[in-house]
Amino acid sequence: MTARTGAIDAVWLMYRRDLVLAFRHWDQLAQPVVFFAMVTTLFPLALSPELGELRQLAGGALWVAALLAALLGLEFLFRADHADGTLEQLLLSGQPLTLLSIAKGVAHWTICGLPLVLVSPLLAISLGVPAEALRTVMLSLALGTGILSALGAIGAALTLGLRRGSVLLSLLVLPLAMPALIFGARGIDMAILGDSARGPLLLLASMLVLALTLAPFAVAAALRISAE
Amino acid sequence: MDWTWLHKLASPPHAYRIAALLAPWFGWPAFLLIVVGLFGGLVLAPADYQQGDGFRILYVHAPSAWMSMFIYATMATAAAIGLIWRIKLAHGVAAASAPVGAWFTFLALATGSIWGKPMWGTWWVWDARLTSELILLFLYFGLIALRTSIEDRERADRATAVLAIVGVVNLPIIHYSVYWWNTLHQGATITKLGKPSISGDMLWPLLVMLAGFTLYYLAVLMTRLRAEILRRERDASWLRTELAA
Amino acid sequence: MNLTEFLAMGGYGAFVWPCFGLLVAVLIWNVVAARRLHADARRQALRRLAAGQERS
Repeated sequence: MTARTGAIDAVWLMYRRDLVLAFRHWDQLAQPVVFFAMVTTLFPLALSPELGELRQLAGGALWVAALLAALLGLEFLFRADHADGTLEQLLLSGQPLTLLSIAKGVAHWTICGLPLVLVSPLLAISLGVPAEALRTVMLSLALGTGILSALGAIGAALTLGLRRGSVLLSLLVLPLAMPALIFGARGIDMAILGDSARGPLLLLASMLVLALTLAPFAVAAALRISAE
Repeated sequence: MDWTWLHKLASPPHAYRIAALLAPWFGWPAFLLIVVGLFGGLVLAPADYQQGDGFRILYVHAPSAWMSMFIYATMATAAAIGLIWRIKLAHGVAAASAPVGAWFTFLALATGSIWGKPMWGTWWVWDARLTSELILLFLYFGLIALRTSIEDRERADRATAVLAIVGVVNLPIIHYSVYWWNTLHQGATITKLGKPSISGDMLWPLLVMLAGFTLYYLAVLMTRLRAEILRRERDASWLRTELAA
Repeated sequence: MNLTEFLAMGGYGAFVWPCFGLLVAVLIWNVVAARRLHADARRQALRRLAAGQERS
């Protein structure tokens, strides 16, 4: 005699489970963050140690680095569950797949995106970003990594189990992420100049809302297509 | 409303035969229109006041750019129909259209780039239109790559359908953001890739080329669709009679 | 307007003609490729049918 799990309970269970599983492997959690830091370091090495010069590129550099780091973390979204058969169980469970997709997406953001956001002020300072702009940096990246998690989930679901799936995943997700990149980087640049970054940030927020509303359907459809 | 005629139309044997019938009816008018358009654009249309004869590249660039977007929209619509109503033929249309759309996108980019050299002195500019076309090309590549990466045809059809729909939803967002990004660094002047103010005797070859390109796409689509139908067909009976003929 | 003037395209010839050349090349290629695809699909379908007949 088992009580049927309500949908909301299922979502929370899914979220907690993903977090618990992720935290069992600390080293894997750290990878996107380390990657983020390394890529950010590439810019001064490639261009110039002058903070004045770096400041002009900081918005773009931070965003490109975060974008690449987020792509790196996307692989883990469904791979483990697909490999051990959990995904099939989820599909059969009768729980609404769209809600479960949201749970997995938010869990993924908590594991991959949020650490990037928390580390970003340090990296921003290393690129000469003034203290007043740091809040915009974190906000911009928080919204951006959220958008990336949503779009990336679609890509990860579509490329599930494919050979060279990670390269293909990047190929699919990058063009879709370009608008967020444009507004995100621009917002940081405006904040560095001392202007209000309200416009770009609001646009990012609306893109995030759109992604959160529509992506779960695409992810659910893609999961069904890939797993059957 | 009796929809049996639609299902009959979408049935592979019928579609196969109808596509064969339609192809020359699209193809030859396309050929004619393109020839007329070329003559109109290269010979009849007067030279532009600012760009001289250089502006004639417009007659390749603009219709190609238009087709690149039109085909993407068509492909996404067909894919959606295939996904929602599970009509294999619609997936066939989507699969057949992607490479053609990609070629038009490439053409728009290449001609846009070549056009830029005498106009702005460089082989490439991050102009809003060109950048949008480039991102569109990436979207096409992604679709084609996804389809070739998946061996199971049904999974490939449905996965690329989802991707096409996601892409088409993103297209307006991409266009808007690229346009916005482009205006940031140029202030009030918005480059229109040297589009001259079009007068009537400059316009008609453009429209003719556009019509010609559209019919051309449909003609090529018919042939590619026939190949797709053959590849997807499991039921042998109609194939046997059809191909034996 | 004579032929040399036409080919020169007011000095822009080196840019205009490659564009139109590219157009013709792409248009021809797509027709060729489509026909080839169909021919290949036809051949493979026939082969599949023959194999199926032998097996049954």
